[in-house]
Amino acid sequence: MNFTLKIWRQKDAKSKGAFETYKVTDISADTSFLEMLDILNNNLVHEGKDPVAFDHDCREGICGMCSLHINGLAHGPGQNATTCQIYMRKFKDGDTITIEPWRSAAFPVIKDLVVNRGAYDQILQAGGYVSVRTNSVPDANAIPIPKADADESMDAAACVGCGACAATCKNGSAMLFVAARVSSLAKLPQGRVEGARRAKAMVAKMDELGFGNCTNTGACQAECPKGISIAHIARLNREFLAAKLQD
Amino acid sequence: MAFKLDAKIPAGALADKWSNHKAAIKVVSPANKRKLDIIVIGTGLGGGAAAASLGELGYNVKVFCIQDSPRRAHSIAAQGGINAAKNYQNDNDSVYRLFYDTIKGGDYRAREANVYRLAEVSNLIIDQCVAQGVPFAREYGGLLANRSFGGAQVSRTFYARGQTGQQLLLGAYAALNKEIAAGSVKSYPRHEMLDIVVENGEAKGIIARNLVTGEIERHGAHAVVIASGGYGNVFFLSTNAMGSNGSAAFQCYRKGAGFANPCFTQIHPTCIPVHGTQQSKLTLMSESLRNDGRIWVPKKLEDVKALRAGTLKPSEIKEEDRDYYLERRYPAFGNLVPRDVASRAAKERCDAGFGVNETGLAVFLDFKTAIERLGEDIIKQRYGNLFDMYEEITDVSPYKEPMQIFPAVHYTMGGIWVDYNLMTTIPGLYAIGEANFSDHGANRLGASALMQGLADGYFVLPYTIGDYLSKKIQAPKVDVNSPAFEEAEKAVKEKIQKLMSINGKQSVDDIHKKLGHIMWENVGMARTEQSLKTAIKEIQALRKEFWKDVKVVGDAMSFNVELEKALRLADFLELGELMARDALNREESCGGHFRSEHQTEEGEALRHDDKFAYAAVWEYKGMDEEPELTKEPLDYEFTHRAQRNYKD
Repeated sequence: MNFTLKIWRQKDAKSKGAFETYKVTDISADTSFLEMLDILNNNLVHEGKDPVAFDHDCREGICGMCSLHINGLAHGPGQNATTCQIYMRKFKDGDTITIEPWRSAAFPVIKDLVVNRGAYDQILQAGGYVSVRTNSVPDANAIPIPKADADESMDAAACVGCGACAATCKNGSAMLFVAARVSSLAKLPQGRVEGARRAKAMVAKMDELGFGNCTNTGACQAECPKGISIAHIARLNREFLAAKLQD
Repeated sequence: MAFKLDAKIPAGALADKWSNHKAAIKVVSPANKRKLDIIVIGTGLGGGAAAASLGELGYNVKVFCIQDSPRRAHSIAAQGGINAAKNYQNDNDSVYRLFYDTIKGGDYRAREANVYRLAEVSNLIIDQCVAQGVPFAREYGGLLANRSFGGAQVSRTFYARGQTGQQLLLGAYAALNKEIAAGSVKSYPRHEMLDIVVENGEAKGIIARNLVTGEIERHGAHAVVIASGGYGNVFFLSTNAMGSNGSAAFQCYRKGAGFANPCFTQIHPTCIPVHGTQQSKLTLMSESLRNDGRIWVPKKLEDVKALRAGTLKPSEIKEEDRDYYLERRYPAFGNLVPRDVASRAAKERCDAGFGVNETGLAVFLDFKTAIERLGEDIIKQRYGNLFDMYEEITDVSPYKEPMQIFPAVHYTMGGIWVDYNLMTTIPGLYAIGEANFSDHGANRLGASALMQGLADGYFVLPYTIGDYLSKKIQAPKVDVNSPAFEEAEKAVKEKIQKLMSINGKQSVDDIHKKLGHIMWENVGMARTEQSLKTAIKEIQALRKEFWKDVKVVGDAMSFNVELEKALRLADFLELGELMARDALNREESCGGHFRSEHQTEEGEALRHDDKFAYAAVWEYKGMDEEPELTKEPLDYEFTHRAQRNYKD
C-alpha cells in the first residue's frame, strides 16, 4: 500500500510548527501504524533528514505513551484502540493521512508529535492514591469486596493516562481522566476512607493546571482507547458534591 | 583480578534465614535518614516500589525514568498475573511449594536462600496491593480469585483481567505519587542514566541526559539502585517495549559490577508470529491463555501444506488429525509446562516441518475445546481483551479459528550480580527486579516477574540498603564537582560527540536489525559451540561497522531519539557478545539456555551439575577484550537437584 502523510513538524516548544508532506510506499496491510512511521523515519535518516519525533513504548496498547491525532481522531480510526494498535489495513491504498500531536493547552508540544503530559502526573500527585505505608496493611482477604464493585473499579482503572480525553474535549477538560481514578478508588473500601479529600484535591489541581470544564458532550468517552464510560464522571460529580457539602 | 564474591547468605534453616538476617542487619534512625540521598533508576515494579518505600522511610530519593511518566515503565505490559503462596484455593500451596516450583522451574540455577525469601514475602505483596486499591479479580463471595500458570500444579496466580502488570504498576506509581507530593521523592521523567560514578570504589551518583533538552546532568547520592529492567531488546525483535534497554546495567558492568549469567534469556512460547521484515516489535499473548487453550499442529504434513496454501482452515482439521504435542509429551502438566519447555517443543515441531503458516514458524493455540466446555461467554469474560487484541493485529477471530503463536524473546533472567542484600560488587550500588540475576535461575516461571519486582522494591531493598547506609550517616553530601564526576561527564560527552560525528551510511535500526538477526540465529532458542563462535565473530565485526558507519542525524543538544537509540545500541553490541561468550562457556543445557550438544535422548535439557552448578559472573576488561569469569558456586542444601520432570 502507498500513503501520503501530512505530518505536523515543530522543532521545539518555542518554535512555530507546520505540516509537511511525505510519501511512504510498499507498506504491508499487516504493518502497524507506528511501524509505518518507523519505516518513514528510517527513510528520512537515510536522506539525512530529522526523523519525526513521536511518543511510543510498549506497542501493546497499555503503557499509554502513544498519542496521535490521526485524520482528526485521537488514536485514529480504531474503536477502543491506542495508536499503536492501529494497523494499516484500516486505511485505503493511496489515502492521505493527517497526523498531529495532541492539541491541548495543558499538553504543550515538546517536538513534532511529542507533548508534555506532566499535568496528568501532577493531578494524580494531588490525591490519586490510598495513603497506606508499605507493610502496614491487613490480610488481602480481610475485607471482602463484592465482585460487581471490584469489576467496576477495574473498568475505571483501565485508564492508561494517554491524554486522549483532554485532547479531544472541546473544552480541554480532563474530567474523564480524573473521574477514572476517583471512581476506581471510590468503588473499593480501601479507597473510600479518603474519598472526599481525593475528589476535592484532584479537581482543584485539574482546574489550577488550566484544564477546562466538562459540558457533558461525551467526546472523551467516544475517543477513549480503553472505553472508559462517562458514568464515572457522574460518580466524580457526586463524590465532589458530597465532599463540598460536608465542608 | 577476579572478583571475590561473597553472596552473604545468612546461616540457619531455610525458613529462618530472612528473619535472622533482618534481625542482624543495622537500621538507620529517622533523623539520619533525612541526611541520606538515594538514586533509583527506573520506575517499574522494582524501581517504583523501592523509590516509594524509601521515600516513605524518610530518605531523600531521586527517581529517574526514560518515559514521560513513571507510570509507563514496561512492567505495565505484564498481562497474566502475580504469584503468591496464599493457599486461598486450599490446594495445598505453601511458601515451600512456591519456593520449590521456582527453584525447579529455574532448572536449579538460582540461589536457594534468595528464592525462599521471594516466596516468603510473596504473600505480603498481595496484602500491600489490595490495600493500595488494586482491583484484583474476585469471586462472588468477595474474596480474591486465582488462576493457574505454567510450572505449577496449584492455582496461586492473582490477576486483574489481562492487565495485572498495569494495575500493580499503578499501585506502585500511586505510592510514588504520594511520596512525590510529600516531597520525599523527586521525579525525573525523560531522563536517561548514561554512566554510574564510582569514587574510592563506592557508587556515588550518576551522569544522566535530559532527553528533552539534551543537557548532561550530574546527580550525587549515598547509594544508587538500578531497576532498569532487562536487555531482551538486544534481539531487536522482542516483546519488550521499544525503549527497554540494557544500558544502565551495562554502564555498571563497565565500571566494575559483575554481570551474571548473561546468556539466560527467556523465549516466551505464546507470541504472535513475525509477519515480515519491516516489523519493529513482537506482541505477547498472555500465558494465562494456556489455562484453557490447547496447543497443537497437524499430524499430517499434507494438512500443513493445505493450511499454508490456504485451501484448508484449521477448524476443519479433525480431532484425530491434531497433534496436541504438549499433552502428548508432558501428560502431568500438559499445556501448562514452563515457558522454556513449551518454546522448545514448538521449535521441535516447526523444525520437523509442521509449522502452520507460510513462514513455517507458527503453531496453533486453540480454544475450541474450552468454548465447547464452558461456552463462549465464559471464555469472553476470561480472555475477551486478549482475543480482541489478537483479532486487531491478525484479522482472525480466535472464537472461530485457533490463534497462531510462536516463541519470542521476552525476559532476561541474567543481569547484574547481587548478593543477598541485592548489592552489586560495587559497594553502594544495588540492582533489583529484572535488572539483577538472582531469583529465576535459568528460566523464570510465569507470574513471577511481577512478584520479584515488588518483593525487591517493597520488602527487601528498603531493609537491606539500611545496613549499608548505616555506615554513611556521617558522610557529607556527595560533591558532584569531584574529579570522578568530571571524568565521567567528559567520557559521556565524548561518546555522544563521537556518535554524532561518524555520519556513516547505516541508520541505527539498520545495524540493530543485523545484530538481532545474529542473536536470534546463533544465540536464540538452540545454541551450539559453532553458532556461538560465529556470533562472537560477527558481533565483533558488526560493532566495528557501527563505530565506522552509523548515521545519527539531528542535534545532541535537543530531543533526539536517534541519538538515544545509538547510545543503547552501542551497549547492546557489547552485551550481545557477552551473552554469546557466556553461552559458549556453559557447556550444558539448563532452562532457557539450550545447547544442542547437551540434551537427553528425548530432547530435554541436560544439565551438568558436576561442572556448571554455578552462577557465571563476568568482569569487564575493555570493549575488545575478553571478560574475566568468576564462579559463584550454587550449593543446594535444602533441595535435591533432579532432572526436571513435567511428565508425571
